[in-house]
Amino acid sequence: MIFEYAPAPESRSVVTLRESYDLFVDGEFTPAESGEYLTSLNPADETELARVAVAGAADIDRAVAAARRAQEKVWGPMPGAERGKYLFRIARIVQERSRELAVLESMDNGKPIKETRDVDLPLVAAHFFYHAGWADKLAHAGLGPDPRPLGVAAQVIPWNFPLLMLAWKIAPALATGNTVVLKPAETTPLTALAFAEICQEADLPPGVVNILPGAGETGRTLVEHPGVDKVAFTGSTGVGRQIARSVAGTSKRLTLELGGKGANIVYEDAALDEAVEGVVSGIFFNQGHVCCAGSRLLVQESVAEELLPRLKERIAKLRVGDPLDKNTDIGAINSAAQLERIREITDSGEAEGVRRWSPDCELPEKGYWFAPTVLTGVSQAHRVAREEIFGPVLSVLTFRTPQEAVDKANNTPYGLSAGVWTEKGSRMLWTAERLRAGVVWSNTFNKFDPASPFGGYKESGYGREGGRHGLEAYLG
Amino acid sequence: MAERRGGKGSGKNAAKAAKHEAKASDKGAAGTREAAPAARLAVRKTYKLYLGGAFPRSESGRSYPVTSAGGEHLANASLASRKDARDAVSAARKAFGGWSSRTAYNRGQILYRIAEVMEGRRDQFAAGLGRATGAGPDEADRLVSAAIDRWVYYAGWTDKVAQVLGGANPVSGPYHNTSTPEPTGVVAVLAPQNAPLLGLTSVLAPVIATGNTAVVVASERAPLPAVDLAEVLATSDVPGGVVNVLTGRVPELGPHLASHADVDALDLTGAGDAATEFEQAAAETLTRVVRPGPDADAGEDAWLDPDPGTARMTPFLETKTVWHPIGM
Repeated sequence: MIFEYAPAPESRSVVTLRESYDLFVDGEFTPAESGEYLTSLNPADETELARVAVAGAADIDRAVAAARRAQEKVWGPMPGAERGKYLFRIARIVQERSRELAVLESMDNGKPIKETRDVDLPLVAAHFFYHAGWADKLAHAGLGPDPRPLGVAAQVIPWNFPLLMLAWKIAPALATGNTVVLKPAETTPLTALAFAEICQEADLPPGVVNILPGAGETGRTLVEHPGVDKVAFTGSTGVGRQIARSVAGTSKRLTLELGGKGANIVYEDAALDEAVEGVVSGIFFNQGHVCCAGSRLLVQESVAEELLPRLKERIAKLRVGDPLDKNTDIGAINSAAQLERIREITDSGEAEGVRRWSPDCELPEKGYWFAPTVLTGVSQAHRVAREEIFGPVLSVLTFRTPQEAVDKANNTPYGLSAGVWTEKGSRMLWTAERLRAGVVWSNTFNKFDPASPFGGYKESGYGREGGRHGLEAYLG
Repeated sequence: MAERRGGKGSGKNAAKAAKHEAKASDKGAAGTREAAPAARLAVRKTYKLYLGGAFPRSESGRSYPVTSAGGEHLANASLASRKDARDAVSAARKAFGGWSSRTAYNRGQILYRIAEVMEGRRDQFAAGLGRATGAGPDEADRLVSAAIDRWVYYAGWTDKVAQVLGGANPVSGPYHNTSTPEPTGVVAVLAPQNAPLLGLTSVLAPVIATGNTAVVVASERAPLPAVDLAEVLATSDVPGGVVNVLTGRVPELGPHLASHADVDALDLTGAGDAATEFEQAAAETLTRVVRPGPDADAGEDAWLDPDPGTARMTPFLETKTVWHPIGM
């Protein structure tokens, strides 16, 4: 039976946008000394959402100084239990304002409201709630009897999960007694600025959290600032290398959460219906703008011909369109630049001889859109099997033996995530043990939790975020 | 420091040292009434590299003279080349799969075996350390004891570290979720320059205890204890390639190890002034880096703490988290 869904748009009325936003420094919104502004667009229709001040060198000096004062005078000396209560308070306000934040995130990022509402926002609140409880228990974290904060943390986050990445960075830093200067991504600064309002609403002491929007230059100046003790970056491996190079020879501590080219291994004994769902969510969740996406499907040869038609049938049912529609599965690509990159690398696959398939789906005329795509006939040497596409594009490879599956999965400089689909427990554990990846999802994919450490092997970066392990990055 | 090409003779100092040893033998024979037997010429050891379980000379054919703390010639050590460094990384990579998949208990037994074999050669190590650092017999003996005990210490860690650093994570959903530490891979260790035995042991043992394989650049000035240690490793059931020992110059070998894409982690303890340059080179492939600590240039005494804890293991471990749904 074929039936159409009626449009079911989430109301935008919960969001009140200002025409322009200033920097958040020392507890106040203040204009940038740089005098520069950027414009944040809604990638679903290319409308302008707001003008946002860009932090320059003088603004960064001011923010780092404010963070230093706050760390030494207020936040560092404060008893952990009190610090924790601020974080609990923030978690509660996030929960109270979660619909507003979810809608704002969908507008600024282009991701479907279903995901911001059901995944991003609940995880943001959970992250603050989880870390709040650590603040007065750090001596029990197995990191020494009297672990000390590092000082001022410079944090640079990406555009794919703007508020969630902010939570991953700020919650552990604050719980451990550090103060932060955070730069949100240039295309998605709005929820970070809404978070600044939440800090005010929570009466968080001035200077503990500073938010400095900007592009690459702002980020570079921030992480290279001599006044910061800790650098935490989530983003591309290319920028990660530059940062690792720039902190060489300093006493700055560094954690990097970078790119990935995750393999999703489907054995012949897998529950195929579940595997299809897992493969689909593994690559099409958040338009594939996920560093741990299962962007390489490795399917055992004996079931490839059965799995692929079922996979395509499922993909054809995905609804691509208005991010604010509650039935939408795949929203807009975050920016024109990212759309261009996805197009370029996917085209290169075709040029190299892979077969390309997308379902018939009507894409909106305005905005940045890319239909879900499956590439077959992919070899390990193809660019589409080696480079991170960061979009809704799945490369399909096959294997015969479990050892071949593991060898192919590990044949990448990355090592962030992997998936294993099998009904046989011993085979699952055998495979998981051999995969060189920081997160292995077996018979599931793309699950996140504040108690679960996340981070990569090899060129996917170093350090972990979340759980007891994540605290280590902020304690000395 | 002078450098020699293979086959060009060992120089005046070596000749002097040979005379000295011959004299010492004469003394030993003195006091007997019979005519002294012809003095026995001591058999000297050739100090070579330790690569993939074998003891080759440098492929470059080069060597360099090693002197005692007092300036006397001791031996000609191999002057390892860039090619030797690359061969060492290949050997370490080849050995990684097997070593990392041994049971932790088995690795513990092998590390304990290293201590056992060292204990049997303690006089050799004490004498060697005395010559290398000028330590008196008592002090050398104490440092050798500490080095042997360090192997025992890490032998005991092998099957504890996963429980201490890993565990179950209480996620909010019907999932089994556990985190386990796993070895990072091939670790290049620039060993402390002024702590040729205890310092070396203290940086090497934690690397292999956790299942990594190592390429060690020995102290440039005092490399002989490292080669003696390699001989212990070779006879302690440590599989070939798990530890590879290079003797030579940090400025020559360091850049190639730091930038080598198949090196996963880098311990810069013995890097000296080049530490920043090597850390920058390591950034290219996101190699994990341990910066030189405050005591990096100190002598053996700085490494005496009998309980160094997990601090030298965690930098060479990755945390893997595995999820699985719970259901009927």
